[in-house]
Amino acid sequence: MKIAVCVSHVPDTATKVKIAGDGRTIDPSGVTYVINPYDEFAVEEALKIKEKNNAEVIVYSVGTDNNKETIRKALAMGADRGVLLKDNNERDSYGVAKALAEEIKNEGCELVFMGKQSVDYDNSIVGQITAEILGYSCVTVVVDLKLDNEKIIAEREIEGGKEVVETILPAVITAQKGLNEPRYASLKGIMASKKKIIEEKPAASVEPLTEVLAMKKPAAKQPGRILGTDSSAVSELVKLLREEAKVI
Amino acid sequence: MSKKIIGILEQREGKLKKTAFEVCTVLLKLASQLNAETEVIIIGNDIENINELNETGIKSIIHFKNTGLKNYSSSAYTKIIADYAKEVSAEYLIFSGTSLGKDLAPRVAARLTAGCAMDCIEFNVDSGEVVLTRPVYAGKALIDLKLKSQIKVITLRPNVFKAERKSNDAKVNVMVKDVNNLDLKTKVIEFKKSEGKLDVSEADIIVSGGRGLKGPENFYLVENLAEALGGAVGASRAAVDAGWRPHSEQVGQTGKTVSPSLYIACGISGAIQHLAGMSSSKYIVAINKDKDAPIFSVADYGIAGDVMEILPVLTEEIKKIKS
Repeated sequence: MKIAVCVSHVPDTATKVKIAGDGRTIDPSGVTYVINPYDEFAVEEALKIKEKNNAEVIVYSVGTDNNKETIRKALAMGADRGVLLKDNNERDSYGVAKALAEEIKNEGCELVFMGKQSVDYDNSIVGQITAEILGYSCVTVVVDLKLDNEKIIAEREIEGGKEVVETILPAVITAQKGLNEPRYASLKGIMASKKKIIEEKPAASVEPLTEVLAMKKPAAKQPGRILGTDSSAVSELVKLLREEAKVI
Repeated sequence: MSKKIIGILEQREGKLKKTAFEVCTVLLKLASQLNAETEVIIIGNDIENINELNETGIKSIIHFKNTGLKNYSSSAYTKIIADYAKEVSAEYLIFSGTSLGKDLAPRVAARLTAGCAMDCIEFNVDSGEVVLTRPVYAGKALIDLKLKSQIKVITLRPNVFKAERKSNDAKVNVMVKDVNNLDLKTKVIEFKKSEGKLDVSEADIIVSGGRGLKGPENFYLVENLAEALGGAVGASRAAVDAGWRPHSEQVGQTGKTVSPSLYIACGISGAIQHLAGMSSSKYIVAINKDKDAPIFSVADYGIAGDVMEILPVLTEEIKKIKS
């Protein structure tokens, strides 16, 4: 079986966002880019299946040459080879999904993993769109996965609990924190990853369906009042919450 | 022919969710600005509180009914909505961005080659065009965007748009459509409820705890306050990563982004990832020993002291006024 893992290359979550001169994107200067945190769970899950079922794990990423660093990270964890679907321009989620779907179809991967969302645009939609273009099943925000031949039993996190979903291969699974404990790349893995192949192909061209008009910072919150340093301030706090904020 | 805007109302276990009423309110506002017709879709079996829609001002309801639709099935639901949207040439489809809406809306959008704006917190109509605002980078920034496709799919962040109820004078017209030949390839077979706990993503009041609680054994202080307030328990990433609390309670980037009316941060210093996930809360209270902790920069009210000493007193005080 061939398993695809799709990874995105995103600003570290500690990043302080500054808006770029174009007024539509973030200023990348001084920003550290990392593998999208949710994609690490996706890579780990693919590797666990590879270990049990003798599968090949192929890592895909859509973007610039910089994304190779993130592909390399997945290879160091143990994936077999990488494919960079190159596009130096920004594209929307539909464009990313379309490029991924086309390659995954050509390669014939039956199982596709990716993070439940990228921590940059937070759309949480690339998995579903990729599945739809491919005609695959899809389960999102997965915290537990069982694979039995063609059958999939997945648990997804929802409000107030977990939903158990039954479906069949081929499928796209989007990973939520809690699905597994991603392994650290070993030194041996890091060395081996340097010899693994990252193929480069142009990403399929597609008309965008969305257009970002502007990026802005949310209105900064004014710091409030420190009411005290111990429980003697509690009665004033409760009074303010009732009479000023009117929230209790 | 005037434009058609369709709202998709979510039911769980035969009951319309609170977010369904938020969709109705936005639907009517958007329709009046675009001079469009509205219609709502409900997919499920029997809906016990369907009459509550009398109070929303919505006139036309299509209820796609089958016992097999009682539980969510992304494959069946997608087909019903996409087919109907095509049949009536809908221009906008509006979902709530719940876990069901987030799963379903993009799938429907892709089937219709429609652009999709997720988790919107604001909309403005500018010469017939809808500009949507949504948070990115877990709320560290916002973007304004427009959808360029003929059919447009929008999901609304839950708890942001207030559902407006009107006096129930006009009766809604419910048209029941029995559906057969369901595509149940992907379906929910079971719901495992977390024991009696309110989820942070649905709570109007959240009490969160962090490292300052020193250990999982002290989280009862946070739980007691949350219970007294009728709120949910949240946790910082530090508390979750240390294994003190389940991930479902984590607030912030790589956890849940929340905007309740009241957020009480207990023993949380306020890492940038945490602040991104909660600073859009209406009122924020911070209780932390370190008066220079970043959490105080977003708090409306703060007590720069020991959570262990303050929380029991606060809980008692709240119990007194609630009784």
